[in-house]
Amino acid sequence: MAQFRQCPDTGLFFHKEAENLMKANAVAGVVCLLIAGVLALLVVLTRWPAVHLLPADAFYMVLTAHGICALIFWVIFFEMAILYFAGSTLLRSRLATPRWAWAGFVLMIVGAVMTLAAVFAGKSSVMMTSYVPMRAEPSFYLGLVIFAVGALIGCFVYLGTLVVAKNEKTYEGSVPLVTFGATVACVIAIFTIASGAEILIPTYLWSIGYISHIDPAMYRVIWWALGHSSQQINVAAHVAVWYLIAGVIFGARPMSEKVSRAAYLLYIFFLQLASAHHLMTDPGISSEWKIFNTSYAMYLAVLASMIHGLTVPGAIEVAQRKKGLTNGSFEWLRKAPWGNPVFSSMFISLVGFGFLGGISGVVMGTEQISIIIHNTIYVPGHFHATVVIGTTMAWMGLTYLLIPVLFRRKMILPQAAKLQPYIFGLGMSLVAVFHMAAGTLGVARRHWDMGFAGNPLGFEYPATAYLLMGIAGIGGVIAVAGGALFIAIAVGSLVFGEKLQKEAGLLQSFGFPLADSAYTNEKPARLPMAPAEAVEADHGEAGFEAPGTFILAMVLLVSFVIYYFINWKYLSEVWGLS
Amino acid sequence: MAEENKPDEQEDENISPWQQIIDNPFLLLFICVAMPTVFYTLWGVMEVATIPTAPY
Ligand code: HEM
Ligand SMILES: [Cu+2]
Repeated sequence: MAQFRQCPDTGLFFHKEAENLMKANAVAGVVCLLIAGVLALLVVLTRWPAVHLLPADAFYMVLTAHGICALIFWVIFFEMAILYFAGSTLLRSRLATPRWAWAGFVLMIVGAVMTLAAVFAGKSSVMMTSYVPMRAEPSFYLGLVIFAVGALIGCFVYLGTLVVAKNEKTYEGSVPLVTFGATVACVIAIFTIASGAEILIPTYLWSIGYISHIDPAMYRVIWWALGHSSQQINVAAHVAVWYLIAGVIFGARPMSEKVSRAAYLLYIFFLQLASAHHLMTDPGISSEWKIFNTSYAMYLAVLASMIHGLTVPGAIEVAQRKKGLTNGSFEWLRKAPWGNPVFSSMFISLVGFGFLGGISGVVMGTEQISIIIHNTIYVPGHFHATVVIGTTMAWMGLTYLLIPVLFRRKMILPQAAKLQPYIFGLGMSLVAVFHMAAGTLGVARRHWDMGFAGNPLGFEYPATAYLLMGIAGIGGVIAVAGGALFIAIAVGSLVFGEKLQKEAGLLQSFGFPLADSAYTNEKPARLPMAPAEAVEADHGEAGFEAPGTFILAMVLLVSFVIYYFINWKYLSEVWGLS
Repeated sequence: MAEENKPDEQEDENISPWQQIIDNPFLLLFICVAMPTVFYTLWGVMEVATIPTAPY
């Protein structure tokens, strides 16, 4: 008999087994973020020319560990927690086969430890892309494969939960939009993991000598089906988190379920094809392949992101206007709860992802102008806007939301928590913008010494490039401080936060079950179908339900067009013709 | 509970046929795997595999 408890503050139902899994995965994720953050400090202080902290070999080792620990381990552990939340709590359903979910969790831990141990042993500094013919220790690849198998089990537990919920009729009508978004993330994850197996298993066999040769061009094609798609899991999931937070904080309903679901469907069809944008400058692959997969498919996927970027603030605007905040175009935004870290994290995530990550991403995905910045520090600038400001800040906002609801603890240091998203967001924006600027001047990524000291084939970057990397260094230190504050608040709350329920002890914060007395055997009432949609129920004046959001969207579009053409201008200056 | 006995068809009327189709996660999974496997992976791998080797 499945046991549930209902959160007295939010009314959300938690299945006992699912709840513990959510906690364990979220905590494991935060531990990985902590490790990644310490490593980030070392990396960024090395790339700050005036500091140049680490020696070369340590730099490449630490950079490898930073990328893997942050982008793979932190993000995916947390994603598992989100899947269990979306499948079980949001559908009021028991989780399918919790034992398998625990087995998956254990595999993920084992894999993560194996891979990190291989990196820190010093002979696997192959960067997170592990391009052949660089060869890491066999346990590096094996650890990644084991981690991926664990995550795959989690995905199937999620799909199983959808089946259980449907059979046991725990909800009316369709699954809620947030669960739909999580489903999209889950199916993208399955493609991602399959691609990972296709390339990492042969590479593992090569590292132990069973296969003599792996073609580097072939490796890159298949690896990026993994590398790019894994980022699209994050996009689908953090968009779902935006919808969730908008719903919880404002009671905002999607402006149109149809439009939002259709946008998710575009992700399913086209998002993975955009993997090709990583291979724009690769020889051996035709322009037809590149152009079909990027110019056609990618723009449809980008369109979907723009729709989400519009409908989430639009839904918030509609909800706020209904509450009477109707003055001017932006009263709804000015009077938003900027002091609530759940909201501020989410909104910075949305704006940063759209403006910094989105615009630079489309530029990089254009075959002609991609070549200007390929393999420069522009690329890390871009993806720190997407995976750090976008994904990581969405996860942070969700964590603030879940501390009282899931962990049943009161958040400590509320004043510091108010500031945390701004500190982290500001620092990370500096990193992103100034890395991009330095990249435009040609500064290489994954490079220990931009001065090429003692190198016979050196190159001299303009002095501005050093300045830009210095500012990015300062931004990085601010971001690490903001990240440390997040971890202090999150972990501190689990350990020292006031208990909102007497059963929520220390071990319970880390995944141990609450005492049975916290749960009942009663099946939660069936989840009612979502009420009428925000917009369809009530049309605003002048035909625009969300005029402020419309203005924001136009600002985004104009910035994009200007920036796009600036890059074509740069391109015209790359090779002087005279 | 009376609510639980409500026949499915009745509530499904409120959901468009399109939405009912995409409500099936396994259909989504199929599309999500088939599309990139054909257009990205297979096509890309074919191109790399057919690069002629250098004559010497
Ligand atoms: C706390 C603040 C962070 C700072 C200051 C930071 C800084 C940096 C720097 C300076 C680089 C090296 C760029 C290069 O030389 O090529 C880098 C690489 C990278 N970072 Fe971060 N980072 C932070 C957080 C994160 C997070 C949260 C993620 C993922 C969610 C992430 C993912 C990556 C990845 C994937 C790489 C590339 C590794 C590679 O080239 O193999 N970073 N980061
Ligand atoms: Cu990509």
